[in-house]
Amino acid sequence: MFDWTQNFADWLTYTLFGLAKGNHFADALNFFVFDTIKIFILLFFMSILMGIINSYFPIDKVRYALQKRKWYGLDYFFASFFGTVTPFCSCSSVPLFIGFVQGGIPLGVTLAFLISSPLVDAVTVALFLGMFGMKATVIYVVSGIIISMIAGFILGKMKLEKMLTPWVKQIIENKQKANIEFEAEKTSLIQRFPVIFSEAMSIVKGVSVYIVVGVAIGGLMHGFIPTDFFEQYISKDNPLAVPIAVLLGVPMYTNTAGILPIMEVLVQKGIPLGTAVAFSMAVVALSFPEAMLLKKVMTGKMLAIFFGVVTLCIILSGYIFNLIL
Amino acid sequence: MKTIKVLGPGCPKCKTMFHNVEEAVKQLGIDAEITKVEDIEEMMKYNVLTTPVLVIDEQIKIKGRIAQIDEIKDLLK
Repeated sequence: MFDWTQNFADWLTYTLFGLAKGNHFADALNFFVFDTIKIFILLFFMSILMGIINSYFPIDKVRYALQKRKWYGLDYFFASFFGTVTPFCSCSSVPLFIGFVQGGIPLGVTLAFLISSPLVDAVTVALFLGMFGMKATVIYVVSGIIISMIAGFILGKMKLEKMLTPWVKQIIENKQKANIEFEAEKTSLIQRFPVIFSEAMSIVKGVSVYIVVGVAIGGLMHGFIPTDFFEQYISKDNPLAVPIAVLLGVPMYTNTAGILPIMEVLVQKGIPLGTAVAFSMAVVALSFPEAMLLKKVMTGKMLAIFFGVVTLCIILSGYIFNLIL
Repeated sequence: MKTIKVLGPGCPKCKTMFHNVEEAVKQLGIDAEITKVEDIEEMMKYNVLTTPVLVIDEQIKIKGRIAQIDEIKDLLK
């Protein structure tokens, strides 16, 4: 599908610029041109696709469905699944949290949604597709949903309600369910499309700098670091590699757009893919600024439990990835 | 006079939205009171799940995304 991009990159570096194949700089440039074009195309289409799905299942509708009927445990799956198509901005996490628990949605289900929403998003999926291929992407998405479900379920069983901050507890007690209803969108997809399109454009624009910088660094590493360089340091057999990678990723607050292009090169140079996937998950799912925001609704103890359970789930899945990938 | 509120806990998206609203009001030359609502408890009274939110005369017009200047101008007319 992207043969033409490779052909274009080859033509540009080796024919137009007349650089010799095998030259470190030429290889770096070739990689940069190929990767940037490919990622931008994938990113654009993925953002449009997610935008369309999301326009059929906006967050208000998801909440309405979750609180309307009894789900007998299926709600964990439902929340995690629809979390993936909901665009996420960490500053929405508090209103979202309150809105869900206010509507009577169980805490564990709310947390499952809160984990899966940033974990699987258009940008990450597009980059994964471009860098690691279809198989790794499917594994990422499916395991992202499973991790959210399991972490949400465990947290739900821990009965953390008493560790919420006082004003949130009050909201739950009062059950100010007042005007929670959902008005279905009456516009057709064609009418909604301009908004979907401009949202997709703003997603692409928002991460473009990160992608260019990330791919540029990746390109240089690609050209200059010998293949299998990392194999001697971080191998699949090193049992500490996964937890260390995950723990490094948790406090980081970077866009996956900047970090995944570098990751791609690290994997080419010998870092196990499963370790890289687990690291990426830790970077997107949890971050220091998000913890600061969530402090408004959770006590420090609950926040620590929340981060701890999610981190453990990601570490475990890192080991599983390394076994199956 | 119109009362316009921009709801959001102060993330870059909310700031852009606020700026767009100011710009739209300026371009239309209308009389409007623009407030920024950053307090979560105040925000929850509008029962919103995603930010930023644009409220015009106590009616939610846009939620969860940045509205462009032209779009806001249309909503204000």
